[in-house]
Amino acid sequence: MTISITGLTKSFDATQVLRGIDLKVEDGELLALLGPSGSGKTTLLRIIAGLEWPDAGQLVVAGQDWLALPAQKRRIGFVFQHYALFPHMTVRDNIAFGLTVRPRSERPAPAQIDATVDNLLNLLQIPHLADRFPGQLSGGQRQRVALGRALAIQPAVLLLDEPFGALDAAIRRDLRRWLREVHEKTGSTTIFVTHDQEEAFELADRVVVMGDGQISQIGTADEIHDHPASAFVAQFMGASITLPVTLRGGRAEAPGLDARELMTCAEADGPGQLHLRPDSIALESDPASPWVLTRKDSNGTDLRLVLTGPDDSQIDVDLPRRGAPALVVGGHFRLRPLWGAMFSDAGPVAPAAPIRLSA
Amino acid sequence: MTRQSRLLPRLLIAIAVLSTLVMVVAPLFYIFAAAFAQGWRAYVQNIMDPLTLHAIWLTVLVALIVVPLNIVFGVAAAWLIARFRFPGRSLLVTAIEIPFSISPIIAGICYLLLYGRQGFLGPWLEAHDIQILFALPGIVLVTLFVTSPFVAREVLPLMQAQGSEQEEAAVTLGASGWQIFRRVTLPNIRWALLYGAVLCTARAVGEFGGVSVVSGSIRGQTNTLPLHVELLFNDLNVAGAFAAASTLTLIAVVTLLLKAVLEGRAR
Repeated sequence: MTISITGLTKSFDATQVLRGIDLKVEDGELLALLGPSGSGKTTLLRIIAGLEWPDAGQLVVAGQDWLALPAQKRRIGFVFQHYALFPHMTVRDNIAFGLTVRPRSERPAPAQIDATVDNLLNLLQIPHLADRFPGQLSGGQRQRVALGRALAIQPAVLLLDEPFGALDAAIRRDLRRWLREVHEKTGSTTIFVTHDQEEAFELADRVVVMGDGQISQIGTADEIHDHPASAFVAQFMGASITLPVTLRGGRAEAPGLDARELMTCAEADGPGQLHLRPDSIALESDPASPWVLTRKDSNGTDLRLVLTGPDDSQIDVDLPRRGAPALVVGGHFRLRPLWGAMFSDAGPVAPAAPIRLSA
Repeated sequence: MTRQSRLLPRLLIAIAVLSTLVMVVAPLFYIFAAAFAQGWRAYVQNIMDPLTLHAIWLTVLVALIVVPLNIVFGVAAAWLIARFRFPGRSLLVTAIEIPFSISPIIAGICYLLLYGRQGFLGPWLEAHDIQILFALPGIVLVTLFVTSPFVAREVLPLMQAQGSEQEEAAVTLGASGWQIFRRVTLPNIRWALLYGAVLCTARAVGEFGGVSVVSGSIRGQTNTLPLHVELLFNDLNVAGAFAAASTLTLIAVVTLLLKAVLEGRAR
C-alpha cells in the first residue's frame, strides 16, 4: 500500500509536535523514522495508526482517505514499544485476538484461526511458547508475540514504535535481522520509529530523519551518510565536533586541517562550519599545525585522544590502537578527516540545491 | 543484641495484640455470646421474628440495588478519569471523594431538605404522588451517596497505572468499544472491581446515620437491619437486639473473608 502524507500538523496544547509533514511511502517499503526524542516521530506513527488525529493535513493510503476511517477499520498492525500484550491471555490467544474480534460474518472458523496462529508461531520461531502467558516470557519473546499479534490480521501497513528500544544489544541485533526476514516474507509496507541511527540504517530501505516536528532529510543510508542535509542531521549522525572553517570552491580550509579526503560540497564561499565525527579523523605529524595532542588514554581497542587547537578549543579523536602512528603528548598534528559535512554561513550555492549523490 | 532491644519489640507486639483483643475480638465475641445467652431456641425465635426478617430482607434489597449501580458508576467514572482529559476532570476526582469526607447524617439531612414536604422538590413530588422520603427510594439514594466512592477509588489507581496501551492495541486489531471493555479492560481490573464491590457491600449493609434520617424507621416497612438493632435496643429487647446484630456481624464477617480470599487470589 502506498502511503501519501501531505501538510500534516499536530499540536498538544501549546506545543507544536508536527509542523507540516510531507512524505510518500512506497508499497512494500521498509521505512525508518529516525530522530531524537521529541522530534514528533512517534506522533506521526500514531496518526498513521489512527490513535491520534492531526490538526491539519492529509493521509491517503492506497487512494483511500484514512483520516475518515477509525483505527479499527484501517487494518494496521501496530507494535508498541512496551509490547502491550494482554496479560490474562496466552500467547496463542494474544495472537488470535485480532481475528476473534471480527464480526461473525467475517470471522474465520476456529480451525482456520488455529492454523493461522500456528503458522505465525512458526514464522516467529516460538511454537513452544503458545500456551504461556506474557508474564512468563523474556523481552525478546514478548516482542515476537507482539509482532505476531499485529501480523495475524494481515495488516495493510505494519507500524512499529521503537521495536527494540527495551531490549539489550545482543538481542536487538538478532531481532533486527529477523525483522528484515519477516518483512521480506510478508512484503507489507512497514514503518518503524527509532532513535538509534545504526538500527535505522541497517534495517530500512529509506530513512526519514526528523527533528523538531519536521522532516530534515529523506534518503537511503548511503545518501544520508555521505550528504547530511543540515548541521542537525550531521550532528545526529554522530558528528559531535564542529570546526570553524573557510569554504572555497566547495572545500574546507583551516589551519592544521587537511580536507582533501572529503567530497566537495555545493556551499557558498566564505566562513562556514565543518562537522566531524571523532572516529573518522586521521592524524599526521605536522609541526606547523596549531593542534597539539594534550591527552592520550586507551580503552584497550581504541585510543581516546584530546587535541587542543586555536583559541583553546578542544576536540576528541578516537583511533584504533593497532596501527596507530606514534603519538606523543605535546606533539603537533594535522587533522585529516575521512568523513565530514560542511555548511556555509551563507547557505548553499544555488537556492535549494538538490542533494548530490556522489562527488 | 542487648536485653533492652529485645524487650521493646515484644512490648509493642503485646500492646498491639492486647488492644486488638479488647477493641475488636472481645466485642465481636460478646455480640454472639449475648445473642445466644438465652439458648439456641430463643435465638432462632428472635431471628424469625417477622419484623427482623423484614429488616434483613430490606437491607439485602438495598444492597442488591446499590452495589450494581455503584459498580457501573464506579467503572464509568474511573474509566473517564483515567483515559480522558477534559475540563472539570479534577473537579470530578474531588466530587468522588466528597462522600468520604461528609458525615452520612449530613447527606441524610440534605435529602430531607431537598425531597421533604417543606423541601425544594417536595411540593412537586407530592403533587405527582411520588414518595421518596420514608420509603425505599430515599434509603437507596442515601446509601448510594454514602457508598459511591468505593468502586471508583479501587479501580481508578489501577487503570491509571496500567495506562491505555493495551486498549490501543485492541483498537488497532479491530476490536469494538464493547469488545475492548469486555476482553481487555475488564479482565485487567477484575480483582480491584470485586474488592471495591465487597467494600461497597459491607458499607451499604451497615449504613446507619444517613438512612436513619430519611427512612423514618417504620417497622416492617422502612426499617433496615442497623436501624432495627437500635429500635430493639431502645425497646429493652436486648436478646433480640443482639440476635439482629449478630446477623449484621455475620454479613460483615463473610464479606471481609471474601475480601481476604480475593486479595490472596489477586497476588
